Amino acid sequence: MKEVESKMLERAKVLLESGEVARVIGWRKGAFCHDPEPASFESVDELKDFVYDYFCGANLSKYLIAESKKEGKTAVFLKPCDTYSFNQLVKEHRINREKIHVIAVECMAKLDIGKIKAKGLSAVTGVEVDGEQVKVQTLYGEAVLSKTEIVLAKCATCNKTHQVKDEEIVLHERPVRDVNRFAEVEALEQMTAEERFKFWREQLSKCIRCNACRNVCPACSCIKCVFDNPQSGVAAKANDDKFEEQLFHIIRAYHVAGRCTDCGECSRVCPQGIPLHLLNRKFIKDIDETYGEFQAGESAEGKTPLTEYRESDLEPKDVLKEGK
Amino acid sequence: MQEITTKEGFVPNIVAFCCNWCSYAGADLAGSSRLSYPANVKIIRVPCSCRVNPMFVLKAFQRGADGVIICGCHPGDCHYVTGNYYTRRRMAMLFSFLDYLGIERDRTRLEWVSAAEGAKFSAVMNDFVAKVTALGENKKLSDLRVKEGE
Repeated sequence: MKEVESKMLERAKVLLESGEVARVIGWRKGAFCHDPEPASFESVDELKDFVYDYFCGANLSKYLIAESKKEGKTAVFLKPCDTYSFNQLVKEHRINREKIHVIAVECMAKLDIGKIKAKGLSAVTGVEVDGEQVKVQTLYGEAVLSKTEIVLAKCATCNKTHQVKDEEIVLHERPVRDVNRFAEVEALEQMTAEERFKFWREQLSKCIRCNACRNVCPACSCIKCVFDNPQSGVAAKANDDKFEEQLFHIIRAYHVAGRCTDCGECSRVCPQGIPLHLLNRKFIKDIDETYGEFQAGESAEGKTPLTEYRESDLEPKDVLKEGK
Repeated sequence: MQEITTKEGFVPNIVAFCCNWCSYAGADLAGSSRLSYPANVKIIRVPCSCRVNPMFVLKAFQRGADGVIICGCHPGDCHYVTGNYYTRRRMAMLFSFLDYLGIERDRTRLEWVSAAEGAKFSAVMNDFVAKVTALGENKKLSDLRVKEGE
């Protein structure tokens, strides 16, 4: 990863110095080793804080909505999963493609600090990844963990490849994962309605309505959001007398149905650890099974499943019949 | 018209979204043909079944509906040519999603009722109200926490 980082840094310097781009969007060092944050670098000077490591899980594509409106070109580093969101945003005319220079960067799966902490490690000062083994350094010593146990939920089932690139910095081939991303959704479908309700009520009632999932979601790019409207009936604080979290999440999942690229940012940022990607994946699974396989963001053109129809489409009761 | 009430005194509240061109006229025909349907059904007239934003359905449940039914023209007969095809996809996805969250699937329904099908309208509503009555009160999507505290 260090090699990749230095190549990226080198390239960012060249682009900024030559004036080819006005800014580079990447990641900047945070207060700790495990919280790098998305940042815009406008000069070579600022690049001293540039970082790209195993904690750079953030999807940078949404930042381009604002950046592509600015003067001059913007260079951006996109991981494979981010390029789907990028395509989707271009399709929805949210990003001006001509003003963006996409540098595709390799991603060998990112780590989840929450999962590392859950292993009983605190005060993490750094990680060294060697294949499937992760050496975690802390103030209290070192520990070796298995990588599959501590990767982000969104990385655990990811086999995505770069869909857009103007150039690429890929030094290593990523092994293909043999995992079914719908396994968790299928497990839920096997439950009875009461069990499912109990599961979701437990999960969703943890929601503190911080709106992090909405704000990070690349598909949630409306300038005016229904949840900001106090008249919507779904915008009150969490301890209102309504069961609003459920409605909030149903509406949000439905709004991104057919456009969600399964980038998994919602679950990554949720401070309460709600598996929000399982809501979106249900829609993806239903759409795949009912209207044919569809991966949002594979192309920047064409219609999405919910904006087109076939005369032979199934009736809702027939779609449901197949379930439990 | 009479409301259906259970022995325990539960009066189901049903919201029916009916398209102006077919199902609303179908309801009218049911009335003028003296075919009855339960008074629990509250009809909301919409220009086309595709006017029904999935949020309308959710909001109806949130505000205390026990069942929501959407009625439109038969596929191919839409006054706006293609509206009901979109409704079909949208509602198929919404109903399946509500089922995934553990909401009883009999609380939601999509039916095609033409302006000439007064008898079908009456039959569909009678059947739907009977099913929702059997399910009982909608506790899952309405003001859940308040009701639990009671």
